[in-house]
Amino acid sequence: MKQEGKIKVWQDYQKEIADDHYFYVRSCIRQNFFPGSEQTFLKILRSELHKDIYENPHHTSCSGIGYHSDIVPFGTIQTIVARQFALMTEAGYQNIAVSCITSFGIYNEIIETWKEFPAELDKTREYLKRSTGRTFEIPQNVAHASDIVYKFRQQIAELGHNRLINHKTGKPLKIVEHIGCHYSKMFPSKGIGGAEFPHVLAGMIEAWGGEVIDYPERRHCCGFGFRQYLIMSNRGYSISNSRKKFESMEPYQPDAIVSNCPGCPMFLDRWQYVIEEMEGKTYGQNGQGIPVMTYEEMAGLVLGYDPWDMGMQMHQTNVEPLLDKMGIQYNPDLKYAGKDGKTIGSPVMVGCGG
Amino acid sequence: MSASIRVIRYNPCNQEKKKMKHIVIIGGGIAGMETASALTDAGHWVTVIEKEAQIGGKLNQWSYLFPDFMPADQIKSALQEKYHERDFSILHQSEVRSLHRHNGQFNIETSDEQQLKADAIVVATGYELFDARRKEEYGYKIYDHVITSADLEQLLLPDGDLTVAAGKEPKRIAFVHCVGSRDEKSGNHYCSKVCCITGVKQAIELKKRLPEAEIYCFYMDLRMYGKHFEELYREAQEKYDIQFIRGRLSEASEKIDKSLLIKAEDTLSGRPLKMNVDLLVLLIGMEAGKGTSAAAATCGIGCEESGFLKTADAFLKSNFSQQEGIFLAGSCTAPMSINDTILHARSAAMEVDHWLKSRCDNEKM
Repeated sequence: MKQEGKIKVWQDYQKEIADDHYFYVRSCIRQNFFPGSEQTFLKILRSELHKDIYENPHHTSCSGIGYHSDIVPFGTIQTIVARQFALMTEAGYQNIAVSCITSFGIYNEIIETWKEFPAELDKTREYLKRSTGRTFEIPQNVAHASDIVYKFRQQIAELGHNRLINHKTGKPLKIVEHIGCHYSKMFPSKGIGGAEFPHVLAGMIEAWGGEVIDYPERRHCCGFGFRQYLIMSNRGYSISNSRKKFESMEPYQPDAIVSNCPGCPMFLDRWQYVIEEMEGKTYGQNGQGIPVMTYEEMAGLVLGYDPWDMGMQMHQTNVEPLLDKMGIQYNPDLKYAGKDGKTIGSPVMVGCGG
Repeated sequence: MSASIRVIRYNPCNQEKKKMKHIVIIGGGIAGMETASALTDAGHWVTVIEKEAQIGGKLNQWSYLFPDFMPADQIKSALQEKYHERDFSILHQSEVRSLHRHNGQFNIETSDEQQLKADAIVVATGYELFDARRKEEYGYKIYDHVITSADLEQLLLPDGDLTVAAGKEPKRIAFVHCVGSRDEKSGNHYCSKVCCITGVKQAIELKKRLPEAEIYCFYMDLRMYGKHFEELYREAQEKYDIQFIRGRLSEASEKIDKSLLIKAEDTLSGRPLKMNVDLLVLLIGMEAGKGTSAAAATCGIGCEESGFLKTADAFLKSNFSQQEGIFLAGSCTAPMSINDTILHARSAAMEVDHWLKSRCDNEKM
């Protein structure tokens, strides 16, 4: 593998990312899957980087999952997205920061549609006006939240207390990066590094001391793929996709997996637990699973945040092997403690590799 | 500069040549050199402007030629021989900086600050090879054992090293046809014509060198349009057991042992296919390139949507540009084999000669 070849590709796919003043739109599913990640992102931007980031509690789902499942028509989703932009406009912002990869793809698809077919934009303005009385401006800058963390990755490294380095051996941790399909596979120019060799997560890993694992099934779908999971009878297909990736990455002995999508870390995390239950097979070292992180959690660990405050106890694959390698201090007794320190009960189906 | 190359400087004071019509040819590849020889034979004074230190263009990158495996050096030697036997000039490492028409002649300024006057111009700027890095999904210049057909030509020379990971000979090799041709993503909708037969030729050469290797060619169509092409394709299958699979690769990935995992669809059986190979060869196509687009801009002649130069018509005037006195030869007009390039160059020379003589007759009248 020639790094200089990848650097050449990365240079071809750079994008403008706003420096400050973001209107933040959350993901509808991430708040259930990894509830601490978005809060961690806001904390990093506000408390560490001192950026202005605003969110309006009245924003809704972008309805992307419904759209990709053929439930929500295109005219409807355009109007829903236009309403998000109206909230941004009303709040005085021009830069939108998107938590969800599906939404990021939706926003880009709709803005590109409006550029190519201005009649669609006129129609959407009319629908929004008639249904809500609102008007809107198209954002000047659309960034995925991981783009913003990428932009400030060196600053985060300088502020950080921890590195992605095995504190016992001094060697870089080997990290598998997985981008959501809708981050750049639809519009390669909208993603840092493009679609084939994306740099958004690789750049963070490198900046924070880790080593990126490039394995044969790197580009393969995580197993979510909407219909693969949403339709119950297809879930065997979903897990077989994830399994294909685990089998492919296993020889590289990764220390962790990181993703920037709502669905990918969910399925790469949960299906490891299911595969262990079904087949007794684990893919990490010493019979453990491979810990799976969101990029906000990875940034939070580098910055020295408490893993339990970030919700990492919600993972079904234990994250402790990664915390131990990084030399992060944590209190196992507080893993399932509430804010008052009292145990709130542990979930039943957790602990892959435990 | 190659010792075998004679450099003759353009000399506008040569009294004998002053009486002759002067033709400037832009490009010293196959087309340029063949046109120069033919025009010199027709009694004209010819100057070739070549940007490189040596003549031959892309021929210098090829080792053996389809369909009969003739060493490329033989063609190059023949071109050089024609040059040595004739009296025409080559300005090496020089490019046309500007070209203006004045009183029925062309005034040309070169990058090495020479001023030339010409009665006619022949553009023979050739083509460029498709940069396979643009097909990012194949990992050229990223994965260790992904190479192009041009890279393979060098390895096919007797001293070429064909070993892959850990110094082992490749056991399974795949060729991908149409890399950068007939491809929406790379913006090239046209067929590069020569890649299919190049793939067949190279697959046979590899099989001769590595008899134990399995060789697979992934294709969309096989366009065996030329003399002996179809026969060679048949021989590849029957005699050399080369497998042809109708399907295009979706991606290649490098494995931990540096072998490659490739994914494709076998469109004849209608099934997806995954395969491990030790070496992946990308059959890269032709593009008009910067030299041709620069010549188009300098000469004020048009390009097709493909970037190749526009000819006055597709049938009877394939050597004429849309500017009177500026002629076209070879693969600057479209992808072409060496055979076709030589024929196109000769026809260009004939058209230039005819045009100059007609103009002379008109002047006398």
